[in-house]
Amino acid sequence: MSVRRVMGTEVEYGISVQGQPTANPMVASSQVVNAYASSTAKARRARWDFEEESPLRDARGFDMARQVADPTQLTDEDLGLANVILTNGARLYVDHAHPEYSSPEVTTPLDVVRWEKAGEQVMLDASRMAAQVPGTAPILLYKNNTDNKGASYGAHENYLMRRSTHFAEIVRHLTPFFVTRQVVTGAGRVGIGQDGRDATPEHGFQISQRSDYFEVEVGLETTLKRPIINTRDEPHADPAVYRRLHVILGDANLAEISIYLKVGTTSLVLAMIEDGFIDRDLSVEGAVRSLREVSHDPTLKHLLTLRDGRRLTAVQLQMEYLELARKYVEDRYGVDADDQTVDVLARWESVLDRLERDPMECAEELDWVAKLKLLQQYRDRDHLDWDDAKLHLIDLQYADVRPDKGLYHRLAASGRIRRLLDDATIEAAMHDPPVDTRAYFRGRCLDKYADSVAAASWDSVIFDLPGRESLQRVPTIDPLRGTRAHVGELIDRSDSAQALVAAITR
Amino acid sequence: MAQEQKQPRRSSQDETTTEEVAETDVAERKEMIDEDVDAILDEIDEVLESNAEDFVKSFIQKGGQ
Repeated sequence: MSVRRVMGTEVEYGISVQGQPTANPMVASSQVVNAYASSTAKARRARWDFEEESPLRDARGFDMARQVADPTQLTDEDLGLANVILTNGARLYVDHAHPEYSSPEVTTPLDVVRWEKAGEQVMLDASRMAAQVPGTAPILLYKNNTDNKGASYGAHENYLMRRSTHFAEIVRHLTPFFVTRQVVTGAGRVGIGQDGRDATPEHGFQISQRSDYFEVEVGLETTLKRPIINTRDEPHADPAVYRRLHVILGDANLAEISIYLKVGTTSLVLAMIEDGFIDRDLSVEGAVRSLREVSHDPTLKHLLTLRDGRRLTAVQLQMEYLELARKYVEDRYGVDADDQTVDVLARWESVLDRLERDPMECAEELDWVAKLKLLQQYRDRDHLDWDDAKLHLIDLQYADVRPDKGLYHRLAASGRIRRLLDDATIEAAMHDPPVDTRAYFRGRCLDKYADSVAAASWDSVIFDLPGRESLQRVPTIDPLRGTRAHVGELIDRSDSAQALVAAITR
Repeated sequence: MAQEQKQPRRSSQDETTTEEVAETDVAERKEMIDEDVDAILDEIDEVLESNAEDFVKSFIQKGGQ
């Protein structure tokens, strides 16, 4: 494979009620989700179907006992919190104390960008709609990962992989990549340590929002003792053929090129692991410690110690993966490599070259550099120390989803951050599903037969049809079926859900 | 494809524009960069939430995944 595979992202948004710091975040999150659901849903709201969820399934081959699991791990229990499916195939719901948008399944890095950015616009609209309810204070949403007071929340990536790939190989080859990819994918953060209090005047800024919250190398947890490699194993597909790699250490990115390179390079590295192409051991000594040390050095000079004794910077270690990926694509595809694979390789190389020369050269592309540049300009003009509240505010407000208030949006609107997609393309993806995965079937059913869809999930759509005693469950276990090519014409000519189900089950 | 009810979207003011900067001599370029920095900081000064300290202090989250 190349950069192409079945992928998707899930982003938990920071939430606050203006002027009410003690407001219940679960209530506020529900208000946001419900406001969007009631103003966009045409008829009955389809429920999420939990039948196939198994959050305690471990990729290493065992199930955790429910009794020993932390309550926050039991994500398959329907707590009555708001939870809806959108016509673009995404899931919008309340997870713990945050509103979350899980993108539909897509197959290319650029489509990850498109449907993740569409999620930001869904959240923006949702917060505006919630504010229209009389008597409610404005609810502010942030696409970030920490409150700088000890709490962190995730922006997860999901990659469908071949089940036949040994998990130990994934851990061995992916860990050094994950320790170092933050130099490209970091969102930038003011504050050091989980509660942000280790800050000193010299070292108040770090590359990643998330790195200080990771404590072990491999594990099942996502809310405590967070692992660099997460072993949750719910493929939402045939488990004999696939596993889903659930990546929890990434930052929530605003910059489109940061998202694009994050999933594009990760997908390429996974392809090399699946094909057994990585012929060398790039393991670093002390992965958890190294993850933090890389994040804490925005000059990118920190030297990691590899198990083979070499000392490399994070950029240099990324260059080793880049070189392998170049050889891999040349070896497998030659001149037939697809456009996005070629583009990801070229951009990855260009960014790494410039990061090594002077990170500031990437200020128009990468979140952490854009944020650091802005912070530096403020420090220079106003002579601010890193513990100044104004710098913390800039960090927080960079992630504000509102176009007039969000500093990312201001930088992008004035051409200071480059984009890959225009607004119209992103806006269309708020409503339209991707055409090349089962999300197409899910989204179109929700759009065309909303009255008849009782529930849906990643791997099913459940119909409640007039005259039928029981609900009709249409499984969508293969992520690459239910595409426009498979069912587009069938849905076009089926005027009702009865007609559709009759045609499918005939 | 049938359309669901759509909400009014934000205006086109957010569309990206890129300015071509002509190569000139170094001093002039430095002046342009300084002006650009002033411009962006002025713009951001206007949108930053007032009372940074209280605003940052009151941003308290519960942990997530």
